[in-house]
Amino acid sequence: MSEAFYAITLIWGLVFIYAVMATIDFGAGFWSMIYLNRNNTKATNIANRYLSPSWEVTNVFIVAIVVALFSFFPGATFTLGTVLLIPGSLIILLLALRSAFLVFSHSASENYKRILTLISGITGFLIPALLICVLPITHGGFIQTTDGVERLLLSELFTSPSVYAFMAFAISSTLFLSSLLLSDYANVSSDQEAYQTYRRDAILVGPISLAMAGLLVLTIRNEAPWLYDELMNYVPWLVGSIVTFAIGYLALFIPRKTGVGIPRLAMISVVTQYLLASYAYGSAHLPYIVYPNVTIETGFTDPATFRALIVTYIVAFFILTPGFIYFWRLFLKDKRYLKQNES
Amino acid sequence: MDELVIARSLFGMTMGVHIIYATLGVGLPLMVLVAELMYQKTKDKDYALMANRWTKGFAVLLGVAIPTGTIAGVQLSLLWPGFMEVVGRVIALPFQIEIYAFFLEALFMSIYVYAADRLSPLMRIVSVTLVAFGASASAILITNVHAFEGTPAGFEIVDGKFVNVDPWEAFFNPSFLVTAGHVTVSALMTGAFVIASIAAYKMIRQRGNTREYKFHHKALMLGLVIGGIFSIFTALNGHESAQQLYQYQPEKLAAAEGLFETQSYAPLAIGGYTDKEEREVKWAIEVPWALSFLSDDAFDTEVLGLEEWPEEEWPPLFVHTLFNAMVGIGSLLMLLSIVGFTWYKILKRKEFPRWLMWAFIAAGPLAITAIEFGWIFACTGRQPWIIYHVMKTEEAVTTSGNIGLLFVLFLIVYIILMISTVLVLRYYFNRNPISEELH
Repeated sequence: MSEAFYAITLIWGLVFIYAVMATIDFGAGFWSMIYLNRNNTKATNIANRYLSPSWEVTNVFIVAIVVALFSFFPGATFTLGTVLLIPGSLIILLLALRSAFLVFSHSASENYKRILTLISGITGFLIPALLICVLPITHGGFIQTTDGVERLLLSELFTSPSVYAFMAFAISSTLFLSSLLLSDYANVSSDQEAYQTYRRDAILVGPISLAMAGLLVLTIRNEAPWLYDELMNYVPWLVGSIVTFAIGYLALFIPRKTGVGIPRLAMISVVTQYLLASYAYGSAHLPYIVYPNVTIETGFTDPATFRALIVTYIVAFFILTPGFIYFWRLFLKDKRYLKQNES
Repeated sequence: MDELVIARSLFGMTMGVHIIYATLGVGLPLMVLVAELMYQKTKDKDYALMANRWTKGFAVLLGVAIPTGTIAGVQLSLLWPGFMEVVGRVIALPFQIEIYAFFLEALFMSIYVYAADRLSPLMRIVSVTLVAFGASASAILITNVHAFEGTPAGFEIVDGKFVNVDPWEAFFNPSFLVTAGHVTVSALMTGAFVIASIAAYKMIRQRGNTREYKFHHKALMLGLVIGGIFSIFTALNGHESAQQLYQYQPEKLAAAEGLFETQSYAPLAIGGYTDKEEREVKWAIEVPWALSFLSDDAFDTEVLGLEEWPEEEWPPLFVHTLFNAMVGIGSLLMLLSIVGFTWYKILKRKEFPRWLMWAFIAAGPLAITAIEFGWIFACTGRQPWIIYHVMKTEEAVTTSGNIGLLFVLFLIVYIILMISTVLVLRYYFNRNPISEELH
């Protein structure tokens, strides 16, 4: 295995963690907006209680990915940085608005809070839709090179069915994963009303997200045949992904003493579903970072820099892990936090 | 306008906004810590209250510091892909370590703000300390990259390729410690003077010997003392920085001083503006021999003038004014805290005269202005290079186009964020007035 392969695996891991954390974060903002006007205050409170402490940490991951990418693959940075100027700028603008107003809402008055919830709700589905556009851009066909200058073909991008399939997949996955997590969160908080609300949402959105994933594979077959062919070498992983979806979905219907469904099992199976599918997608994508110009080998950093970076990763892992565990205990396990009535 | 100028303006605007928040993000935690320590020492509850209120303000400011920092981090790759390609190969370490500092800050900031009621007193202090540590470390590490741009090290260029990379040598590049020190102590100074400004403003609207007035008086003295101490550190370190320019970036020093002819016994030009046509600084006060002495502690030191370099490699000459303004404000602030301290502690006067109060009010905004001037001087004075004598800024800039549109979008968002910050802070502190918390 080459050093470049380890580096891309590390980045894949960071992207996966960010994808799960961010979909939940963005989705929570969306649900909190949906239930704002429906006198379903408990569902909103649950969403806010999860969202408040976690956004800042989630936000760091996106910077961590950008830094890991240009540190490990400076060659890819040149191409990606050039072509992503417009979409990337839109994403960071929306993220900045969203992050700032989430903090502001903590100190603001009630009437003001409505606007803040709207901002976090709307950006909650816009940002994932824009973020995922990076993937089809790397499949090739959207970058034009003239006189050595690379340029993103925006009109081609926004008339491509594949891009829309990816966006639909991003939005439905955001809603599915977040409703599952919030149902689990509500369940742990013993809030049956909120639990039922989010369980119902998950049941509604789940099949849509799976259908969008299927659609996405079909559009890849048309627009990026190279990727489709590679992907077909990973059919067992894709089947595994569908099976874990089925397990997770059915877990929402298993009867218990106190109600229906085991949200924790559903949550874990569905995260596994995404893990398997993204492993298949990522492996099929290799060795290309941006097809066909940049591979992990051509874009790779200086070996000395690579080794120095890995050392810092190991040191940081040991320093930061206790912090993450402490954080997890305070906000995701502590019954005093979970069961408070006011968010 | 050409794309390079727009790209530089866009990134400059991002940094200009971010450093206001980031500087206070480094400076305010120290004030919180000092107030906590004063409370432990004097048992005066006012100090505990100060720590509490400043933390509230700090949390709001951090809410903008973090997303603007995110923008800056991502925008680097979007606007300067050529530069970031080199960064990735050679000077990736500070960025990577900064991420860890950033994680530390974000984790404990959330813990401190959202779990405050469940933390033991010890864990509260640990959390604030880790937030402060994370903020300062982030600032120092990002400054590390800035230092590398001025004094690049740790690589060789063979056939246009960067080889023999030593990432730690790049990290400990010659100007790292001095530059990082300058950024840190000036941020600590600014945080203190901003506190002093607010306190002075509240006092001038109060007059009289109320409980509230005394509270603000204590805050003012705390701000003046801490601000005074760190303005002295900033000046000492600034002298170091200038000597490093003499050693490593002589054309930047020449532009800062408006020196055209290479000479020993070089004079120091204070004020005035640099006239490119007549090759002199007009309307300046000249201190004979001073520049030579400041550069290397000897009057006969030969200081290189701009004539040594082709004109297209000169930094823009208006940096002389920026440099003067930065140093001028720094000296003024130092003087101001000495006057304030003497008036109250040595002459034992109970009240400050009105003109002095207005000077105190101006101190915070002035300190922030000096920080802005300093950064613009540091980055503009390096032009036309993005990495000194290695890569020109024009070689690093994106080729995508459309930057003008982005400039407008970012400008709008920054205006929204800055106005909202003020509104949120005002709303919060008006709803929780000090008069209520004192009883």
